[in-house]
Amino acid sequence: MKELLQVRDLKKTFKISAKQQKIQKTKEKVKVAVNHLTFTAYQGEVFGLLGSNGAGKTTTLRMMASLITPDEGDVLVDGTSVAKDPAKVRSKIGFLTSELKLEEFFTPNYLFDFFAELHGVEKGTAEKRKQKLFDKFQISEFAEVKVANLSTGMKQKVSLVISIVHDPDIIIFDEPTNGLDVLTAKVVTDFLLELKAQGKTIVVSTHIFSLIEKICDRVGIIIDGSMAVCDTLENLTKDKSLEEKFFDIYAERAGESYEK
Amino acid sequence: MKSNMMTVMKKELRRFFTDRRMVLTTLLMPGLMIYLLYSLMGQGFASQSSDSEDFKAKIQVMSLSDNMRFWLDQDSLPVEFTEISGEQEKEKALEALGNQDSEYHLVVCFPENFDQLITEYEVSSGLPAPMVEVYYNSSNTDSQSAYRIVTELLNSYESAMANKFDVNVGGEYDLASEEDISAQVFSMMVPMLMMAFLFSGCMAIAPESIAGEKERGTIATLLVTPLKRSHLAMGKVISLSIIAILSGLSSFLGMMLSLPKLMGDGELINANVYGMQDYLMLLLVILSTVLVIVALVSIVSAFAKNVKEATGWVTPIMIVSMLLGVTSMVESLCKTEPVWFFIPLYNSVQCMNAIFSLNTDMVNIAVTVAANICYAGIGVVVLTKMFDSEKVMFSK
Repeated sequence: MKELLQVRDLKKTFKISAKQQKIQKTKEKVKVAVNHLTFTAYQGEVFGLLGSNGAGKTTTLRMMASLITPDEGDVLVDGTSVAKDPAKVRSKIGFLTSELKLEEFFTPNYLFDFFAELHGVEKGTAEKRKQKLFDKFQISEFAEVKVANLSTGMKQKVSLVISIVHDPDIIIFDEPTNGLDVLTAKVVTDFLLELKAQGKTIVVSTHIFSLIEKICDRVGIIIDGSMAVCDTLENLTKDKSLEEKFFDIYAERAGESYEK
Repeated sequence: MKSNMMTVMKKELRRFFTDRRMVLTTLLMPGLMIYLLYSLMGQGFASQSSDSEDFKAKIQVMSLSDNMRFWLDQDSLPVEFTEISGEQEKEKALEALGNQDSEYHLVVCFPENFDQLITEYEVSSGLPAPMVEVYYNSSNTDSQSAYRIVTELLNSYESAMANKFDVNVGGEYDLASEEDISAQVFSMMVPMLMMAFLFSGCMAIAPESIAGEKERGTIATLLVTPLKRSHLAMGKVISLSIIAILSGLSSFLGMMLSLPKLMGDGELINANVYGMQDYLMLLLVILSTVLVIVALVSIVSAFAKNVKEATGWVTPIMIVSMLLGVTSMVESLCKTEPVWFFIPLYNSVQCMNAIFSLNTDMVNIAVTVAANICYAGIGVVVLTKMFDSEKVMFSK
């Protein structure tokens, strides 16, 4: 299988301000958010990054999307280096994170056209794609409603649609079902499976075990910025559930025990 | 992808022009408010001055001499007087004036035999001159006005006693043309006001467009697209400049139409003294100035974490620009050598001053416009770097 996304020895540190040092009760001036992380996502597979809050998942995804620059290492997106040609990488990927917000003054219709134009999608193609995606996510009837007046679930659907306006082959989703009601979460999960069936390569970060079990082919468990385990879902859940496996690894790595 | 800059511009302009509240408060209100404010202020000043023309000082006079009575009796003098006599009446009049119970504005006491005393008085004798006492109440504006009128009259009476020469009796002695008067008024007032209007126009939109996008997280959504940071910076600066110019023009129109009314002489002062060339020069200077201001405010806004912080940082810069605007009122600070026109904002003030004074220097205008475009270009480069910096864009 083609290695479509290669994360190689990625490292990212952040300076800790005096104020943060006080809050976190630490004397460390630097926090290692991602520590020499390496993994590969193959064409047509869904790769899940599993970890607790602050494990380094979002920072990793941000580096993959070229939003922030790694201190060390690189990410190759279909052979293009994020460090060397970030603009080209951005045109190849679709990136969705809860931190990416839509301008509330505009309507889904306008925003779709705007982002399609930025991605250089031809008008006719964009119109067909908009129709298809808006129908699938039941956005059509809200197409001319300002984002400010949409429900949280509808906003998330619009964000998702806009992140793939250019029909990318590689899609990176950070906590795609976070904060969604069960119905909207199901629509999103089903859509991810549909994208997988279309042969798209998807990297998903989450701390929801059921989502990983439902859609992922391979899983990487991140603890304190390092890759603790990277294997197929099948191998990881051979003798235990994913949740049990995760806490075993976590306890082993962190030297702590957890009540199950 | 080259059209991405246009796409950003279109989005910014759409954001602005489809928001009725923004259009109303940024484009229509400034011009309208300035026009109404200046016109009303002008009317107020005019009515105050016509009121003061009708005003007559009502005074109580003690020991009025024959000559003074004859002089004060002239109809042309803005004075009505009543005579009082004796210390008791004087005390009573002073008490009423002090308590603001009196219908009179002043109490004037001449020495006994005033006419004789001043005829006999020799300046060279070194003796104290006969003294006239003028009592008034400074907490009463009418009493103050009456005091001013009467002391002026007495001073002129005193001068008339030893009249050796006259100055400007009859005739027209002010050689300034209508053009000169208009030019002087506009050149002193407009540059400072214009800087304030342009800055406030930028302040209304730039922090919202840049710091606001950071605050709401929408800038990150733009940054994950293939949009070049330089296109984003230029798209923002140009669209914000268009809006700021429209806002500045609204204020400018309001000001030019109402300033003659504010100065109280609509016939003597008017903007018709300027020709098309002057207005074109002015437009060039304003365009380049707006680019500099927008670039400056955009950079500050990109550094700020939110709109509130951006506005807080921009305010001192606006005050500095207004202080630079004051230089048009101080002749010693108005430099004409081209080297001074490399100083941003100061150059714009001085160019506007020169244009409104009808002393346009093409070299200085060329230096100003070229320098401002360069500074705006540098600003765009800095803004591009800032959009590329994760520290600036994602700091919390």
